[in-house]
Amino acid sequence: MDLSFTPEELAFRDECRKFFREEFPEAIRRKVLDGQHLSKDEIVTAHRVLNAKGWATPHWPVEWGGKTWSAVQYYFYQDEMQQAGVPSPLAFNTSMVGPVIAQFASEDIKKRFLPATANLDIWWCQGFSEPGAGSDLASLRTKAEKRGNTWVINGQKTWTTLAQHADWIFVLCRTDATAKKQEGISFILADMKTPGITRRPIQTIDGGHEVNEIFFDEVVVPEENLVGEVNKGWDYAKFLLGNERTGIARVGFSKARLKKIRELAALERVGEQRVIDDPKFIEKLTSTEIRLKALEMTQLRVVANDRGRGGRPDPASSILKLEGSVIQQLTTELLMDVVGPYVMPFAESDEGSGRNEMGWGPEYAAQSAPAYFNNRKVSIYGGSNEIQRNIIAKAILGF
Amino acid sequence: MDFDLSDDQRLLKDSVDRLIADRYAFDSRKKIMAEPGGWSRDMWAQFAELGLLGLPFPEAQGGFGGGPVETMLVMEAIGRGLVLEPFLPTVILGGGLIQAAGSPEQQKTLLPQIAQGKKTYAFAQVERSSRYNLADVQTTAKQDGSAWIINGEKSVVMAGDTADTLIVTARTAGGRFDRGGIGLFLVNAKAQGVTIQGYPTQDGTHAAEIRFDNARAEAVLGDPAGGLAAAELVMDQAMAAICAEAVGLMHEMHVSTVDYMKTRKQFGRAISEFQVLQHRSVDMFVALEQARSMSIFATFAASETDPATRSRNISAAKVQINNSGKHIGQECVQLHGGIAMTMEYKAGHYFKRMTMLEQLFGDTNTHQAKVAKAGSLF
Repeated sequence: MDLSFTPEELAFRDECRKFFREEFPEAIRRKVLDGQHLSKDEIVTAHRVLNAKGWATPHWPVEWGGKTWSAVQYYFYQDEMQQAGVPSPLAFNTSMVGPVIAQFASEDIKKRFLPATANLDIWWCQGFSEPGAGSDLASLRTKAEKRGNTWVINGQKTWTTLAQHADWIFVLCRTDATAKKQEGISFILADMKTPGITRRPIQTIDGGHEVNEIFFDEVVVPEENLVGEVNKGWDYAKFLLGNERTGIARVGFSKARLKKIRELAALERVGEQRVIDDPKFIEKLTSTEIRLKALEMTQLRVVANDRGRGGRPDPASSILKLEGSVIQQLTTELLMDVVGPYVMPFAESDEGSGRNEMGWGPEYAAQSAPAYFNNRKVSIYGGSNEIQRNIIAKAILGF
Repeated sequence: MDFDLSDDQRLLKDSVDRLIADRYAFDSRKKIMAEPGGWSRDMWAQFAELGLLGLPFPEAQGGFGGGPVETMLVMEAIGRGLVLEPFLPTVILGGGLIQAAGSPEQQKTLLPQIAQGKKTYAFAQVERSSRYNLADVQTTAKQDGSAWIINGEKSVVMAGDTADTLIVTARTAGGRFDRGGIGLFLVNAKAQGVTIQGYPTQDGTHAAEIRFDNARAEAVLGDPAGGLAAAELVMDQAMAAICAEAVGLMHEMHVSTVDYMKTRKQFGRAISEFQVLQHRSVDMFVALEQARSMSIFATFAASETDPATRSRNISAAKVQINNSGKHIGQECVQLHGGIAMTMEYKAGHYFKRMTMLEQLFGDTNTHQAKVAKAGSLF
């Protein structure tokens, strides 16, 4: 047992730190650290800076631009990236559809999509959830029928994040209505410009516009757009969701947020004293930091255990999402505690930009309540925390 | 970075685990509790034979040459077995103080006696009003020729009723809260002027109230006015040790709860089928793993060279251990139901020991305040 890193691992950490803090566009980092939303152009720019360095898709197969990093290297890459305020490469491309295509699709599909996906020349969105299929995703009803050498899609998807920017969508469709619900699903790619696809924005409680509904009305796509085998889509979806094992804890991100909160709490005052000196506030901040330190150690245990597990996730990894999501939410509560009465003004804007455009209160006030509202999502998406508990109950406790 | 055990560490863990499994069944423990002072001399001899009593001492002094990880492994096993013998007071505190502050001569003489199971120790540092502040010392030590004369009272001295030797914090100079002027004095428990009133504690171990009326110390460990730094170091090491013990307790409480849920039937089915109970036992698991992570963190923090960092990190670990322990203990009792309320079933005993560990060496508020004062953990 040894908690120290090798000189090579530390050198890699320093390389990550230097790149993220010194070579990555400063203006984008600032916005992320200040909790502001990024425009489409900024997300694309950030992604391409990473891809130019070869760091947008490190967990892909090497032949498609992946790295042979160890779990420790991957940990440092994510931790330093999150701490520096560098936005992660677009998850729909690099963590979701990219690995599925690389693993299961035909050579033609790989060649056609993977380089463009890695460079964000194609922006993907995720067509999974439906109004009637949330936690029970396998009950989805959007169907694809084989007609000649095409698939015809009819149905509705929802919670489709950033679909307003998307060029393509990967859709889970029912292709066999008679099979057991998990066994009649396929994974199909569709161009967002295909006739019959329409989009309706959903405004979320933070005032932002992150998610959409997508309607499919007689949408015709070529048969080769079905990834892998027909009716195997559920396996591919599970592969996709299991892809992120450690980054999901967002420890580096929470570290950066707590650092920011400390800075701001030293600026804000309650009467004669700084917020940071208020015993009730510092107690809450400290207990969140301790909880995050424990999670960081748990994450390191998972990372260290990754070797020799042959890709099987460590049981401890299941707690990363549970604790990580709650800690992220706690940091947004702390930020509101710092801001005080200026959490109240609501600056409506299309993008939910978080910019304090109207100039009410201090610069950092405008995004505090929206961040709190928005972050309620992190214990709902990607398998709600209740679903996570079901998984642990079954897989680890043997219930 | 790796969390795997070395071959030697695995061997140690296996042999301690086997001893606990063979000799520390719940009924055997009950019999041990009835022995004088509430622990077994026979078991102590077996600990010595296994090398556990010299575990953290250098080999030259009859020890095993083990580091913090070895201590963690043994303490976790001690937690799982609810072991009653005074390993913590004698080996970790007594041996630790002799190692940290004693002269080479003292180490050479005293440590082998501990390793061989010939002498037990107690650390007499708490006073009626000191709570968790090691520097709050009103007991005095006055020089009389070459001897030191101790006067004062010490409270809740763990295993103080059976210890052969007491290590007493006493003031040779300065005022009540001064960090300077505190010495570590070795006092024979049978010495004239030492009055010991022993009693059982809530968790089945023993402690004592001890009065010193012109009691003559046998020796002083190191500088008679500069003992605090060593005491703080050893207290931090002991805190890391009880974090590991607590993980052993929490592990047992969680496992026994899950097992019980699978066998206990109500409404015609095992209660483990109820989702509300499944989720509560999952939250116990999360608390356990977070505690395990911080126990490892504390184990490595114990050998941190900068005292401020060491103390901050160990306090952070103690907060997590206390929070996890309270949650797991209360849920263990609740999910077991009435059976955990009885003295005849093990769950309640784990709960009681865990509750005492939450108080031992500083409660949650104390340590949280220390971390807050030290600034960011990151």
